[in-house]
Amino acid sequence: MADVAWIESVLSGAVQAGTVYLLASLGEVYAERSGILNLGLEGMMIIGVAVSFIFTNALGHGAALLVTMLVGGLVALILAFMAVSLRLNQIVVGLALTLFGLGLSGFITSAEIRKGILLSLNPNLSEATLVTQQAPKLPNIAIPVLSEIPLIGEPLFNQNILVYVSYILAIVMWFVLFRTRFGLSLRSVGENPAMADAMGVNVYLMRYIATVIGGMLGALAGAYLFIGYQPFWQEGMTQGRGFISLALVILATWSPLRAILGAYLFGGVEVLQFRLQLLGVGAQTPQFLLMLPYLVTIVTLTLLSFEGVKKRIGVPAALATPYSRE
Amino acid sequence: MRGGDSREILVEMRGITKRFPNVLANDRVDFTLLRGEVHALLGENGAGKTTLMNILYGLYRLDEGEIWIKGRRVNIRSPRDAIRNGIGMVHQQFRLIPTHTVAENVILGLKEAGFYLNYSDINERLREIISFYGWNISPSARVWQLSAGEKQQVELLKALYRKADILILDEPTSVLTPQETTQLFATLRKMAGEGLGIILISHKLDEVMQVSDRVTVMRRGRVVATKPTRETNPNELANLMVGRPLITSFERLNKPSEKPILRVENLRVLDDKGLPAVRGVSFTIRRGEILGIAGVTGNGQQELAETIAGIRKAVSGKIILDDMDVTNKGSMFMIRQGVAYIPAESSKCVAYQMSVAENLVMKSFRYEPFSKSIVIDWNSIKQHAERLIDAFSIVTPSPNTRAGNLSGGNIQRLILARELTGLPGSSAPKLIIATYPTRGLDVAATEFVRRTLIQNRDQGAAILLVSEDLEEIMMLSDRIAVMYRGEIVGVLEQREFDVEVIGMMMTGAKRGEAA
Ligand SMILES: Nc1ncnc2c1ncn2[C@@H]1O[C@H](COP(=O)(O)OP(=O)(O)OP(=O)(O)O)[C@@H](O)[C@H]1O
Ligand SMILES: [Mg+2]
Repeated sequence: MADVAWIESVLSGAVQAGTVYLLASLGEVYAERSGILNLGLEGMMIIGVAVSFIFTNALGHGAALLVTMLVGGLVALILAFMAVSLRLNQIVVGLALTLFGLGLSGFITSAEIRKGILLSLNPNLSEATLVTQQAPKLPNIAIPVLSEIPLIGEPLFNQNILVYVSYILAIVMWFVLFRTRFGLSLRSVGENPAMADAMGVNVYLMRYIATVIGGMLGALAGAYLFIGYQPFWQEGMTQGRGFISLALVILATWSPLRAILGAYLFGGVEVLQFRLQLLGVGAQTPQFLLMLPYLVTIVTLTLLSFEGVKKRIGVPAALATPYSRE
Repeated sequence: MRGGDSREILVEMRGITKRFPNVLANDRVDFTLLRGEVHALLGENGAGKTTLMNILYGLYRLDEGEIWIKGRRVNIRSPRDAIRNGIGMVHQQFRLIPTHTVAENVILGLKEAGFYLNYSDINERLREIISFYGWNISPSARVWQLSAGEKQQVELLKALYRKADILILDEPTSVLTPQETTQLFATLRKMAGEGLGIILISHKLDEVMQVSDRVTVMRRGRVVATKPTRETNPNELANLMVGRPLITSFERLNKPSEKPILRVENLRVLDDKGLPAVRGVSFTIRRGEILGIAGVTGNGQQELAETIAGIRKAVSGKIILDDMDVTNKGSMFMIRQGVAYIPAESSKCVAYQMSVAENLVMKSFRYEPFSKSIVIDWNSIKQHAERLIDAFSIVTPSPNTRAGNLSGGNIQRLILARELTGLPGSSAPKLIIATYPTRGLDVAATEFVRRTLIQNRDQGAAILLVSEDLEEIMMLSDRIAVMYRGEIVGVLEQREFDVEVIGMMMTGAKRGEAA
């Protein structure tokens, strides 16, 4: 059963499913490194799905991606305002935003409203486009030479543009976080805001920026989920992927590079349990696989409870703690 | 420079006033700092020293007054403005990120570092400064691996790397060993020689006399005097601060009885990292006796005290209180047995977000009259708080003030008040474990704490006193045990007390070798 083609397709599926998690958790790594826990991620993701669904049909992929990120950033701005400026409880605000996102996405995609938005954006749309539940998928772009590599060439280098963007983002975001002044400031406000403030870092600004980046990438993950992976609209189609991304941030111990591995692990498990079901493997195995990512996350959390490990890895010490100067 | 006022004026603060709700923390304060001087800022707890410096560093906004830096009027709105004006500050509590490296801590917030951080260049410059001052830290070490003295060097590095020429140090010696203090002072003199102006907040008069060029004394938010150090003396300074001379020695009223209160037998304890911290320690303390534990911080004193207080588990050995085995019984049990514990770090036993009254009753709120069945009687808690605030002279606007808003010294008084008051209905504490009880306290408060301990001793309490201040330990103790690497290297009787001998033993020399 496990011939090369099958393995290749599972790997390819792992990358495709994992990219949702990767994009979302990259943003969340930044937010959490700055001390903001964004439990609204699920909401931002589903808003991203809905917005990209509508805008792709109205204006095409490029505009859809831009608008999605803009909207994600705006929703994150609400979170930043409440959590940073008003110093409200981040858990409550985040969960409220998730509920808000689920509601809003359902509202703007409901038949009448959607039709209205589509027509106001582009009056020349055909009747079919106005009622479709689908959108054109992003095309795959095979990278010459690299995609020829046996086994991993296909899965890694014959994907759509957003997958490539996620590779580049992971590397760039790692570099910025650990090798630049901006990244140092960001990590510091999540570790000890009072001291970062004393060193002349604008704590509020850093936290706003990080939260907005988190929201933009959360929404982009939603857009990818739709136009890059499953371009068929269903209400609530994120199915907890935002929350899984939150778990992934812990598993990746707040590192953009480790997030890649974690994302493909989660993605791989998702694909594998589906494939195994198709192959008619006993029902327990897929169920067990679905549990695996959480098991790994719990083990990571347990390890992180040891003081020594915590110090080495750098769990943001001021996570979910508001800051005020006097 | 030592005198001579022709130097450039680095800082001039004029008529600074700062009000907090119900407190006038600074009242028309004038203060100047000259280039090349070490200027000591003295004052009781809550006098407003930290507030004044926080204003200069942009952490607090002033209500009235002007700040002039190097002849220019400036408006300092944030630490960023302060840094731009060449000001660096080392806070009472270190402001470092333990998980980051020395270099990362130093360059945090520094615009000139550029977007991409070139660590090889940065480390090079850091190494230059480090070797100029004869320190021994590595730029790539993680801060949690460093000792207190080294952490302070990182704080100084932050200011030096930014080419600060105005340096504020808020009680920098309170966490240092005597050796580290000596090294720090050498560094400060060297910095002054390089043309920096240094403001040093301290409560230790001998240190002020030793290292400073000028002294400014504050009292209740006002400046009461500024004098060249060589024209004054410790007595006069104490007088200016407190308004009366201080007691420096204590009479013993009665002899300790023969009855042992605390017996520790072959105790072994691990530290937070799971390494042996206390290695087979045995001693007894009798009724009405003070046993001093001398030693450089980090030689197991902390773990020893915590184990006796019931908040750390012993691996083996016995703790016997009044003929009862109390090993590993937990803190609640120990409190009920009349054991009081004054911890070294106030942050570990004060809830900053809760009020002074709530903090004061934290040990006894389960009992009458504070709790009646399951209901808390806030009235009696408030009265209790007012009594203690009065008895221990805690400076606070009201019992309902957040404990976190008290000055450092007053937080310490709050802890003492709570710990040294027995549970309702029970007598005074039987055993007092005091670790560094006067750290960060002003001279009057220090005197107060010492007097309180002596009073408790005279009433029959057994006291375990952990301190690195040799003068203090020799003044108060009936016997001194010296700890080194988790073991007691020797015990001295009062007639054998000698700074040199104890100092030698603190570095591990056995008694015979040291004498
Ligand atoms: N953030 C704040 N909010 C309210 N009151 C404050 C605040 N900071 C300081 N105070 C009050 O201002 C007064 C001066 O405090 P400050 O910390 O300047 O004293 P200090 O001289 O540094 O004392 P110590 O030697 O104990 O550190 C105190 O009465 C204190 O309670
Ligand atoms: Mg102070």
